[in-house]
This record gives sequence, structure tokens and C-alpha cells, in this order.
Amino acid sequence: MGDVLVLIDHNDGRIRKPSLELLTLAGRLGTPAAVVLGGDDPEALAVQAHEYGAATVYVAEAPEIADHLVVPKVDALAQIAGEANPAAVLLTSSGEGKEIAARLALRLDGGLITDAVDVLSGDDGPEAVQSVFAGSYAVVSTVVHGTPVIAVKANAVTPEPVPTAGRTEQVTVAFSALATSVKVVSRTPRASEGRPDLAEAAIVVSGGRGVGGQEGFAVVEELADALGAAVGASRAAVDAGWYPHSQQVGQTGRQVSPQLYVAAGISGAIQHRAGMQTSKTIVAVNKDPEAPIFGLADYGVVGDLFDVLPKLSEYARAD
Amino acid sequence: MTLKIIVPVKHVPDATGDRCFADDHTTDREAVDGLLSELDEYAVEQALQLAESTDDAEVVALTVGPDDAVDALRRALAMGAHRAVHVSDEAIHGSDALATSAILAKAIEHVGYDLIVCGMASTDGAMGVIPALLAERLAVPQVTLLAELALDGGTLTGRREADHATERLRAGLPALVSVTDQSGEARYPTFKGIMAAKKKPVESLDLDDLGLTGDQLGLAGARTTVRTITAQPPRQAGTLIEDDGEGAKQLAAFLAERKFL
Ligand SMILES: Cc1cc2nc3c(=O)[nH]c(=O)nc-3n(C[C@H](O)[C@H](O)[C@H](O)COP(=O)(O)OP(=O)(O)OC[C@H]3O[C@@H](n4cnc5c(N)ncnc54)[C@H](O)[C@@H]3O)c2cc1C
Repeated sequence: MGDVLVLIDHNDGRIRKPSLELLTLAGRLGTPAAVVLGGDDPEALAVQAHEYGAATVYVAEAPEIADHLVVPKVDALAQIAGEANPAAVLLTSSGEGKEIAARLALRLDGGLITDAVDVLSGDDGPEAVQSVFAGSYAVVSTVVHGTPVIAVKANAVTPEPVPTAGRTEQVTVAFSALATSVKVVSRTPRASEGRPDLAEAAIVVSGGRGVGGQEGFAVVEELADALGAAVGASRAAVDAGWYPHSQQVGQTGRQVSPQLYVAAGISGAIQHRAGMQTSKTIVAVNKDPEAPIFGLADYGVVGDLFDVLPKLSEYARAD
Repeated sequence: MTLKIIVPVKHVPDATGDRCFADDHTTDREAVDGLLSELDEYAVEQALQLAESTDDAEVVALTVGPDDAVDALRRALAMGAHRAVHVSDEAIHGSDALATSAILAKAIEHVGYDLIVCGMASTDGAMGVIPALLAERLAVPQVTLLAELALDGGTLTGRREADHATERLRAGLPALVSVTDQSGEARYPTFKGIMAAKKKPVESLDLDDLGLTGDQLGLAGARTTVRTITAQPPRQAGTLIEDDGEGAKQLAAFLAERKFL
């Protein structure tokens, strides 16, 4: 078993949880090796990567990486993979993660799998599990030619610390001509308002059209805060301008699989289900007993969310 | 100079039907009615808006797929695209994303372009990687996942809603963009548009025309192989209660039992 490269997604000197999960998955397939690109404090990131099992940490810093999207990271990974000849490359299945994965697979003349919900070690290399057609089928695939490049969704595994003595290698990347072809003119990080990130949260409380307006989201936020949860929204609520698109759950929003998902005033359209139905426990509050969301809820309350949510928040706070 | 915009589109099974797989593990395209992927309608819309704001522009809809896929092109033409290109060949069946992007890239070069406008993902495979693969193959700037887009002379600007930040991007033409479902409602074809679409040219191409051979394509050339497909038992509905004033209390008890409270 060879090295398994993991592209580390980080923020403020910390490795994001989905990347720690990738290090744990990489340990199943071979020897985890982390790739840290950019960032204010690569040393701190390297220490964390070693804590979660990375034997080698490749570090590259350059203005190209900070000021441009996708291609500089593909250049760096392709160069590192060219030298390390890894058994697989793992990335997070986010918007940029999938784009990097795709271009990397072409450069390495390998195979590409995205949206994996699990990765297992098989006789013919990594076996990736995907959940397709909005969760109706589980598909297990392998790469049959070249290096497997696999983008994995958040919450595939619980990250496990495996303190590893390892080395850090500084890499000087030779960037391609296209690396700087798209300029990031500005980048405005989204205010988190103290709540956990949607993809990382153990609990997500989401509101839909039934919330009735921007002000209505106060009861959704109140419950989220009582539970220490992230707030999500359906596209109907986002399109109406009641909640920011960054919090949209579903096919064209974020895909979450928390321990607990609470859907309030959400009917449960297939495109919404595509973003939440791998949640471990699903709870729904809806006025309409026929709402499709009840078909997948472990516990459903037919009622008005403006009655149920505030009372539930009280119980949660009293706890 | 005519501004040439190409919109690659996909014909997909209707997501509200019971989508399933054929015996060879490919998407069953017979079982459920097909349509133009809704997420590609946003791309057609943005391409048309850019064309309308330019003196001289042509919007070409392009698809790779079996005979039925021409329906997706007709829809794009009915919305207002000027002409269409349909690449179809027995050897294409079962192509993975990498192979599909090779065919699309050849067809795009065959047509010629200043700008390529893609949807953010298909509504069936939903990988969302074709835009990045095309940009890599064509060696043009990739300005993707845009919620807003503008073209001023030869300069493209756009707003990308990334997972953790809003980014403003800038690139020069030729370029490739993809747009999200936040980019603005797609127009509905008018009766006049539907009638006009019937007379608009649809160019048919096969792999020979594009100088491609089948060995790298189709199921045989795929870099990934499906080992197993298992139908997931639908989630079982659990307890359903009517709120008679005690609903929150009962729900709290359930959450406590599952250790969330
Ligand atoms: C290509 C495409 C992509 C899409 N992507 C997404 C996506 O990413 N995410 C997404 O969510 N949708 C997506 N959609 C839209 C999706 O099809 C639905 O339109 C949307 O999910 C509906 O949102 P909703 O459930 O909030 O609204 P509705 O379907 O209108 O449901 C509102 C529910 O609230 C209930 N209600 C009303 N008042 C109350 C009350 N006081 N108390 C309790 N319940 C109440 C009603 O009974 C109803 O069930 C997409 C659609 C397409 C075509």
C-alpha cells in the first residue's frame, strides 16, 4: 500500500473537519499524506495533520494559491502526485474540491469519482460508495485505469486521532500558464454568527416556505441555538429572500448528513431530500399531514411550527 | 465580429419519475421521460441575456447523447438559441465524465467559440465536473458556479458563492463559465419560440466527424467501473403525532431518548 494524498481544506490555521475525515479514510487505503496549500500558519496545520495520521505533509505557499481559484491547486497536486505516485488522492466533495479533483484526474490520466459517502479498501484499489438519484440507490465503484481521484462528502466517518511522527516537505510549485487566468478580485468570508458550519454541524435545523418570512426565521434560529445547531433553509425560503443562499440545503445548495436534521415548514421535495436524507435522525414539523417529508421522518409532528418550535426550544434550554 | 457563445446541455430523465439503472449499470433512459436538465436552462438564459446585450452574437446549443437528446436542443432553441449541434454515436453509450468531456471539447472546437456557458451540474449524474474538465481540455479560464455574470468588451466578471465566502472573479475571453440556479429565472419558451425552433438548424455529428475513435470512450473506455448497485430501502416513516398542545413535549421526549437533549 502506498501513500494516499489528501488535499487539506483549512480556515484560520485549523484543518476543517471534513479534511480530518479524509485523513482517517486515507488510513484505510494506505499511508496518509497531507497536502497543505496556502494558509497563514502551515506549521500549525502540519502539526494537526500529523496528529490525524499523516506521515508526510507537503506544504506549498505562493500568492498564486491565495489569489486564484482551482488551477494553482491542481498544478501543486499534479506536481506532488507526479513525484509521490500515490495509491489514491482524496479531496472534499465541495464545489472547488470537485473541480480540482476533475482537472487533476485528467492531468494524472487517472479515474474520477465524486460525491462518495464512504471509501473502503478493496482488492482492486479503493471502492467508493455513492448515494445516487436522491438516495434511491447505493453504487459502489472502482477506478480501473490510473490513479483514483476521489472526492468525498462530509461526515463519511468520524475523524480519529492517530498521532504520527512524520516529516514536512516544502514544495516549490511550477505553476501553469492558466494558474493566474482567473483573478479573485475580492473574497468576503461569510459571517457565521457563532453557529457551526452546515457541513460540519452535528445538528441542523432548517426552515422552509412555512416559516412565512424573514422574521419567521427567528424561531428556527432560536431552536438551532438551543440545540447548538446550524441553520438551514429550503430553496423556496432562499428564493423568497428570507435566508441567505449559503444556508440552502439540497441539490443546488449544501448537502448535509448530520446526526439530527429538523425540517420545519418544509414539504420535502426531491431536490431538498437530495441534500439531507442521509441524516441519521430526521424530525419534521409541518401543518400538512400529507407532506412528503413525513415519509422519511423518524418523528413527525403535524402542527404549526410557530407553536411547536418555541416550546421545543424551551425544553432544549431547560435541559 | 460575432460573439460566439456555446451552451453545452444535457437531456436527463425527469427527477420526479422513478429513475433507475439499465442492466449494463448505465442510467436507464427509457424508463422515465427525458427533458432538458433544469440546471442547463439557467445557462441558456444567461447566454441569451449576454447575446441580447451584444450587437452581434450567436448562441449555439450543443449536446452529446442518443437520438432523444435532440429534445433538449429543441427546448434550448425554443428559448431562443440560434442553432444546435447534436453529437451522437453508438460508441458513446456508457461514457464517463472524462470521456464525455473529451467529446464535448472536440465539438466545441469544431463549432468555434468566444464563450462557453454551462449549467452548474446535471440533474441526474449531478457530478458538476464537466465545466472544469472542459476548461482543462480547452485550456481556457474557468469562471464557475456564478450567481451573477457580466461581460464588458472582452472581460468577464462574476460572483461565485463558494461554500465559505463570496468571491468576485474576473477573466478575459475566450473563457468558460458555469452558472447556478441563483443566476436568475430561465425564460419559458413562447408559442412563437416553439414554432421557430422547428425551423432552426440542428447539425448532426458522429465521432468520425470529430476525429475521435471509440476505444477511449463508451463503457469499454471508462476509467471507473460500477461494481454493485443496490436499491436503498426507502427510509421508513417513523412516529407521526398530531400537535394537540403537547406536540413539543412529545418531540422533546423523543429527542431526549435519542440523546439529543
Ligand atoms: C433544479 C432544481 C433544483 C432545486 N434545488 C433545491 C435545493 O437545493 N433545495 C431545496 O430545498 N429545494 C430545491 N428545489 C426546489 C424544490 O423543488 C421545492 O420547490 C422546494 O424545496 C420547496 O421548498 P419548501 O418545502 O420550503 O416549500 P413548500 O413546498 O411550499 O412547502 C412548505 C411547507 O410548509 C408547510 N407549512 C406552511 N405553514 C406552516 C406552519 N405555520 N407550520 C408548519 N408547517 C407549515 C406546508 O404544509 C408545506 O408542506 C430545486 C428545484 C429544482 C427544479
